[in-house]
Amino acid sequence: MTVLSALARPGRTRTLAAYGLAAALLLLAPTVLSPFRLDLLAKFLCLAMVAVGIGLAWGRGGLLTLGQGVYFGLGGYLMAMHLKLADAGPGGVPDFMLLYGTGQVPGWWEPLRSPIAAILLILLVPAALAAALGWAVFTRRVRGAYFAILSQALAAAFTILLIGQQQTTGGTNGLNGFRAFFGYDLADPANRLMLYFIAAAVLLGMVAVAHQLATSRFGELLVAVRDQEDRGRFLGYDPALVKVVAYVVAAVMAAIGGALFVPIVGIISPADVGVVPSIGFLIGVAIGGRATLLGPVLGSIAVSWAQTSISEQFPSGWIYFQGALFILVVAFLPGGLASVAGVARRRRTAERSRA
Amino acid sequence: MNDIDLTAADALLGTDTARFRHDYLEVRGLRVEFDGFVAVRDVDLTVTQGDLRFLIGPNGAGKTTLIDAVTGLVRATGSAAFGGTELLGRTTHRIARAGVGRTFQTASVFEELTVLQNLDIAAGARRRPLSLLRRRADPPAAVDQALETIGLTALRDTPAGVLAHGQKQWLEIGMLLVQDAHLLLLDEPVAGMTQAEREETGQLLRRIGSQRVVVVVEHDMEFLRSFADSVTVMHQGQVLAEGTVNEVQNDPAVVEVYLGADAASSDATTTGSAEPVATEGDHS
Amino acid sequence: MDIIAQLFAGLSLGSVLLLAALGLSLTFGQMGVINMAHGEFMMAGAYTAFVVQGVVGDAGVSLLLALPLGFVVGGLLGLLLEATLIHRMYRRPLDTLLVTWGVALVLQQVARDVFGAPNVDVRAPAWLSGAVEIGGLALPRTRLFILALAAVCVVALALALRATPLGRRIRAVVQNRDLAEASGISSRTTDRVTFFIGSGLAGIAGVALTLLGSIGPTLGTNYIVDAFLVVVAGGIGQVKGTVIAATALGLMQAFFEYSTTASVAKVLVFVAVVAFLQLRPQGLVSVRTRSLA
Repeated sequence: MTVLSALARPGRTRTLAAYGLAAALLLLAPTVLSPFRLDLLAKFLCLAMVAVGIGLAWGRGGLLTLGQGVYFGLGGYLMAMHLKLADAGPGGVPDFMLLYGTGQVPGWWEPLRSPIAAILLILLVPAALAAALGWAVFTRRVRGAYFAILSQALAAAFTILLIGQQQTTGGTNGLNGFRAFFGYDLADPANRLMLYFIAAAVLLGMVAVAHQLATSRFGELLVAVRDQEDRGRFLGYDPALVKVVAYVVAAVMAAIGGALFVPIVGIISPADVGVVPSIGFLIGVAIGGRATLLGPVLGSIAVSWAQTSISEQFPSGWIYFQGALFILVVAFLPGGLASVAGVARRRRTAERSRA
Repeated sequence: MNDIDLTAADALLGTDTARFRHDYLEVRGLRVEFDGFVAVRDVDLTVTQGDLRFLIGPNGAGKTTLIDAVTGLVRATGSAAFGGTELLGRTTHRIARAGVGRTFQTASVFEELTVLQNLDIAAGARRRPLSLLRRRADPPAAVDQALETIGLTALRDTPAGVLAHGQKQWLEIGMLLVQDAHLLLLDEPVAGMTQAEREETGQLLRRIGSQRVVVVVEHDMEFLRSFADSVTVMHQGQVLAEGTVNEVQNDPAVVEVYLGADAASSDATTTGSAEPVATEGDHS
Repeated sequence: MDIIAQLFAGLSLGSVLLLAALGLSLTFGQMGVINMAHGEFMMAGAYTAFVVQGVVGDAGVSLLLALPLGFVVGGLLGLLLEATLIHRMYRRPLDTLLVTWGVALVLQQVARDVFGAPNVDVRAPAWLSGAVEIGGLALPRTRLFILALAAVCVVALALALRATPLGRRIRAVVQNRDLAEASGISSRTTDRVTFFIGSGLAGIAGVALTLLGSIGPTLGTNYIVDAFLVVVAGGIGQVKGTVIAATALGLMQAFFEYSTTASVAKVLVFVAVVAFLQLRPQGLVSVRTRSLA
């Protein structure tokens, strides 16, 4: 609760303290967690990256994006394609293509043989798609609810497309069975530890970026445009541009999360990117506090952890739990747990000042 | 307690207006149509700097629609130029960058942001994109002057949402000033204000009017008599009369349409902005 | 002949989309509530048909019984949802979306726990088996039945909105909630009735879907996204827009599918809707009101 209440308050020292505490915990985690649990935590960190972006776009910008799975998936699939090609060796053909496909690598896979091209595409393809959809929706002043529905429809279309192209995307099985990550053997525990640290560092970097964006003039502008779009326009700003920037940043963060998810988890499939997981990303953000800095991250990790532990014991329990979370948190606690901490703190200070 | 500070207003407005001295709003043959209903037709209007112009007319006369058209909120034909720049056909934010600012019937400020942040954003539309990524260090001088002008210096870190009604309207005017708007279109700026606040706002508007082009839509006849330099009367989407307050009041055409509506308009005065929403400026 | 076959496939798909979207056009279009559990109300209607058949046995009788029963089951679920959660949240439409998504998850899991995860089948009555031959083209009777059912629902809804006092009240509340209340219309009651009808239509759609294949707990999720797309493209406030949009989307899907594949067609339909919103951001038909500006 102390961490949460620290988060609920703006103020630089508190933010810095919370940030430092989070970094220390991430650094120490490998000493107390088993390799299996550490892998799980690394996976949760990747999912939390998506949450950081959602916190920015939804929490600050009011853009309810129900299709972050698409960008997570694009990052993940592009990384997976590169890993498959790298595993196959120069000129080689990924194993599943020999099984289901024509036995030939399709032309649009070829650029991904290069590691540099793969990394660039992981960043650029989701950014371009988000910019295109965002631009189309926001410049025409389409209503917020329409954006939510369109982003969800995008997730549905993306999944159906993936499943439909089994020869080149692996269909419902997705892409899996990666042996190495940019030359590092994925079976080696040392390399897995390295992956964990990469994920932790990237996540901390994203939180820093999100913090900078939220406290900058851009962050103020984003809130301004969310609440009074026309006023912003009459002051000479283009609200569409402001929203597109926030949406693209959120998309790129999701894509990076997806790209790191692939070597850590070892598989990416339509089940990770569709309509259901896309909305699933939101609940952690809602619980942690959509407009706070670390709230989305902590909420997302907590939800992932709860999902794993509840599903281990009661397979059907998790769905009820998740449903109940959506209902209770969003309906009755729209500010998330951070707001509870904030209220408690304010009450305490009020009592103290009275005494 | 918190009062308008006209000295600060002078500092903010500056006296060197050489660049804009010859600027004026020139509307010619303006026409706005909604699904076959003509809301504004054949409107010609010229407003110069130093001429505090009031725009009056019964509900549904097309006053707000006229402002909507000039600021790009609704599509219009004809011409509306400011400082030699044609405004029609441009997007709203580009019109704003051409130096046109407006307020709304209900004060529209960024309620979750502080007074200071509101003004800082208003001052920043011409900032370079990358500078937006930095945290605000010290607010620009214009923002401090605007805070003084609208008497909100003490409340600079207060969220705008908790301001009193009149203070929100002052904040909105302050935002137009730091925005560096040279054409200010104010839609009922004193609606809901106390008598003392009206008086102060009127003084401020006169001061602004001497350095900027200002058009005020207002129902309050007493306010108009005290502060207007000139008046344009609209009726059924057209300009009915134009002139000084005296000229307009004695215009037979105005007397004819306005006497019937006089009761309604004085009614609107006492209750603040009691204008029904159904008729005017019906844009979606 | 191919063209006509595609045309029929498109119209048939359109009628299914229409049934799914008709209730949404009421609850989302007219009340502004984004009810993600609408698909689960369809699922509830489908399982109603399954249960009724289990009790009655005869496929024909059970279908005719299930249609009104499905309406009531869907409607009651909707009423319950409105009364417990949604009415608190009319000013927070986006949050309503997430809350009803939670409800959808719970309903799906309830179905899984009660009826089992595997799909179940509902037998179609004998008089709906086979096809009608028209000009060498075999039109399945079930598909024709759904086309007719969609038409009946549209006409009934349009008549109800236009000609009954209730419908007038609904339209009054939609167009100006405050004014309607000031003139003595209870918007609470009207909201509830609207939600009952909208959700009931989902129940009917669910019963109809049992004629097209086996049904399962995730039946709703397969249709909800497309149904929302129909309402968005059709525009808010009038049944007409929903009808045209559902038909258009059905036809597009069928024709794109013919020239490419089903999955690519899906993407093309999505792109088409986004492109269409560039031309008409408010959808095909929209009531001009100030509140929505």
